Order: sequence, then C-alpha cells, then structure tokens
Amino acid sequence: MKKPKKFSIQEFDLWYNDFHALKNINMDIPSNMITAFIGPSGCGKSTLIKSLNRMNDLVEGCKISGSVLLDDESIHGNIDVNALRKRVGMVFQKPNPFPMSVYDNIAYAPRTHGIKSKFKLNEIVEQSLQNAAIWDELKDRLKKSALSLSGGQQQRLCIARALSVQPDVLLMDEPTSALDPISTAKIEELVIKLKNDYTIVIVTHNMQQATRISDNTGFFLLGELIEYGDTQQIFSIPRDKKTEDYITGRFG
Amino acid sequence: MQRRKPIDLFLFILTWLCIGITVAVLFLVVGYVIINGVMYIRPSLFAVEFTPQNQSLFPALVGTLMIVGLSLVLAVPLGVFSAIYLVEYAKRGSRFVKIVRLTTETLAGIPSIVYGLFGFIFFGVFLGWGLSLLSGAFTVSIMILPLIMRTTEESLKSVPDTYREGSFGLGAGRLRTVMRIILPAATPGILAGVILAVGRIIGETAAIIFTLGNVARVPNSLFDTGRTLSAHMYALANEGTHPGEAHATAAVLLIVVILINALSSWIAKFIKAS
Repeated sequence: MKKPKKFSIQEFDLWYNDFHALKNINMDIPSNMITAFIGPSGCGKSTLIKSLNRMNDLVEGCKISGSVLLDDESIHGNIDVNALRKRVGMVFQKPNPFPMSVYDNIAYAPRTHGIKSKFKLNEIVEQSLQNAAIWDELKDRLKKSALSLSGGQQQRLCIARALSVQPDVLLMDEPTSALDPISTAKIEELVIKLKNDYTIVIVTHNMQQATRISDNTGFFLLGELIEYGDTQQIFSIPRDKKTEDYITGRFG
Repeated sequence: MQRRKPIDLFLFILTWLCIGITVAVLFLVVGYVIINGVMYIRPSLFAVEFTPQNQSLFPALVGTLMIVGLSLVLAVPLGVFSAIYLVEYAKRGSRFVKIVRLTTETLAGIPSIVYGLFGFIFFGVFLGWGLSLLSGAFTVSIMILPLIMRTTEESLKSVPDTYREGSFGLGAGRLRTVMRIILPAATPGILAGVILAVGRIIGETAAIIFTLGNVARVPNSLFDTGRTLSAHMYALANEGTHPGEAHATAAVLLIVVILINALSSWIAKFIKAS
C-alpha cells in the first residue's frame, strides 16, 4: 500500500548567491516513513533538508525557485514560518541544548507557543522525554543544566525538545555524526520507533545507517538528485552508475 | 636542538622580567597611595558636610555613585539594544552596520575633554541645564556608550549560532530567541563591559568638571552641581594644601572600585545560577 505523501518537492532550485546548490529537485516524501538523504559532502542534502522548514531563510544571499508542498500546501505561500517550524521539527548535527535546565529546554517551545499551565508543561516534559526514550535517565535530573549531560543524552534531549510541540515531521541533519556507537545505536532505535507517529527525514553520511533505518533513500551529487527510491533497491540494485560508485565506496 | 637552549632561557627570563615589572608597578602605585593615604582616613573624612577643615570626601563619594548610577541607567539600555539590533536584526555586513560601527569606534577614541566641552556647550549652555548631575550623567553616558555597544556586540557574537538555529527550529520568533536564549547567554560578557564602563566613569575628571562641576556638596536635585571622587582628588591636589587627604581619597576610590567589581561578579554569578 502506498503511503500518502507528506512533502512534495517540485522543480526546486536553490542558490547561495551565485552558487547553484540545488538543481531541479523533484521528489515526494511519504508520511510515517523514514527517508534518508545520502551523498558526499557539499552535495546539497543538508541544504535540501533545511529548505523543508525554511531554515535557509536565515542564510544571507539564499534564493529559491520551485515549490515545496507540505500536505499539499506551499510552505512559501501564505504561511507563518514559525507555525511551519512548529509542524516540522529539526534535530541538528551537533547536539545544541540551550544553556538552561533539562526541564526548561523541553518547556521552551511549548511556552513559546503559549502554554503557561504548570500542570500541562509537566505533562509535556514527561511525555516528550518518554517519547525520546530518555525519561528514565533524566527524571531525577530535570533541574540540572542540560549542558552537564553526555553528548548522546544531549542529542536525545534535543529530539525530545523537537517532539515537545508535537510536530508532524522530524528533520534530522546527521544526528549521530558527533556521537559514539552506543549513543548512535540508541538514537537509531528511537528513530525507528518514532516513525509510527512522525514522518522522518534524515541526512546521513553513514550508509550502513541509511540501510539500517530508512525506508526510502535519495542519493544526491553536486546539487542533483541522482536516484531516489526504496532503500533496499538502491543499495542492492542501483539504477544509476554514479549511485553504485558511491555506495560501493569508489568515491565520496 | 642544543642551540635553542640559550634563546629559550633568554625568553624565559624576559617574560618573567616583564611580568615582574608589571606587578611591581601595580604594587608600587597601590602601595604608595595606601601608605600615604591610610593615616589620613579618619571619621571626619566621611563627614556629611564638607568643610575646609575636614576635607570630607563624603559628598564626592555620593556624587560618584549618583553619576555612575545615572549614566548606567542612560547608557546601558541604549547600548545593549543598539548592539542587539546590529548583531541580531541588521543584515550582517551591511553598509549601515559598517557606518554605525565606524562611528562608535571613532567615538571611543575621542579624548574625554572633547566630550566635556561638548557636554558643557550642549547640555549646560544650549539646553540650559548648567553644571548639573544631569549634564554630567548625559555627557558621561555618551562617552561610555561605544564601550558598552562594542562589548555587548562581541558577547552576542560569541553566543554560538547553534543556539539560534535551535530556537528558530522550534518555531520561536526572533524577539523570543534574543530575549530568552541569546541575551542570558551573553550576560556575563555584557556585565564585563559594564564594569569597564564603571571604571571609566569613576576615573573621569575632565568631562566631569566641565559638566557636573566641582563643588563639594551632595547634589540635592538632578539640576544641582556636585563633584566625584576623581574631581575631588583633582581639587585637593590642585590646591596643594591637603596631599594626605588626596591620597586618602585615592585609597577610598580604590576600595570603591574593588567593591563595584566584586558586586558585578556576584551579580553575574547570581544571573548564571538562576
């Protein structure tokens, strides 16, 4: 059964000043699945993921053309960018908890979006940490500074923070590249669990990771989407020679 | 390798010599002031009313605190919010930002006597405030504005962009990001700038004498004249009749500076903890 599409990217081009970073990207991202973006450094995969919640708006000299539809609605049209980012959460390459307590880190976004009730906030904090599978580790340390946690814990805290506003989509930009193998395994396990409730797009440098967790994979090279399809198929019988060269480690 | 040894030793001695001289000079100044001043520190020096007999520094002490307080109230919000605009709102590297930066840097390099003259003519004469607390505070706050802007800008820039990304990525607007995430993280750096500014105000004489005046009494309104500790020392030394009291005043000034520094680092710690 084909899952409904969450994002539909159509004829999407992006420039950083004169640099043409993304060239005519067309792809649909299905909901409640894990879609992985792979490709060598500078291929545009991070740029594309940051376009999905308009984080590129913050970059000077960034221009786009084409369209990105979220549930059939353009994300560049008549839409509040903050509301968009509430629906499309993001986890970054380097864990970036705010310099405040664990509790305040999670409560930051709900507070931003107007929730004041202490009772409701407590509930959200517990639920988000549960969903990120870190509640048991942190429930006695809610008042401690988030900066005192280990790197792996910080990243799961950041995932919990992204879940705190109940987004539809979770964008993850190389979420495990700064972590040790054990923390990486925990996060991969978590991501697989999360796809029941969220649509997940993950950028990764690690091809084993893409095969382990993703349902679909897109391979990018020099700003172009070379091949996009079922992960099993891409890694076993790639259609494009360049994809084959990359996944067999001939370059990249 | 063998040949490097003499030069290593030479550099080692040189660096120690430099730090030795620096520390020695510091102790010489502080020691000289305290030794010559400490025996003149007596209760009458802190009498509420200044008389030619007691040479009380009390009015000057109060005047100093008033000038420091007033000019910080004027300059800190203005400087901090200007810096927030330059770093967080304005387009990075835009023409406007460059011009503002050039202006503040130029302002920072102007000798204080020029500020004094400007303050005297503009606030004192043109606005008719005369020699007064208000003229003094406004003049001094213009003087410390570039310093506060500069240090605030630097500390805002040192807040990692990952914090901004994290906050924007959660759907927080710019104002909330700045107020809740960036500003708290930058506060210790901003306070360091404020301490520097306080030091500059306390040490100021030329601009103060031109605008606040140098009358030994506690100002009874914003439009009343007064003096600060530095101006008081200047007066005592100028008259040449009370060198002991001048040194005693200097010793008290040192203590005030140390207290203010201690207070600000305590505030910084308090803010960090909460």
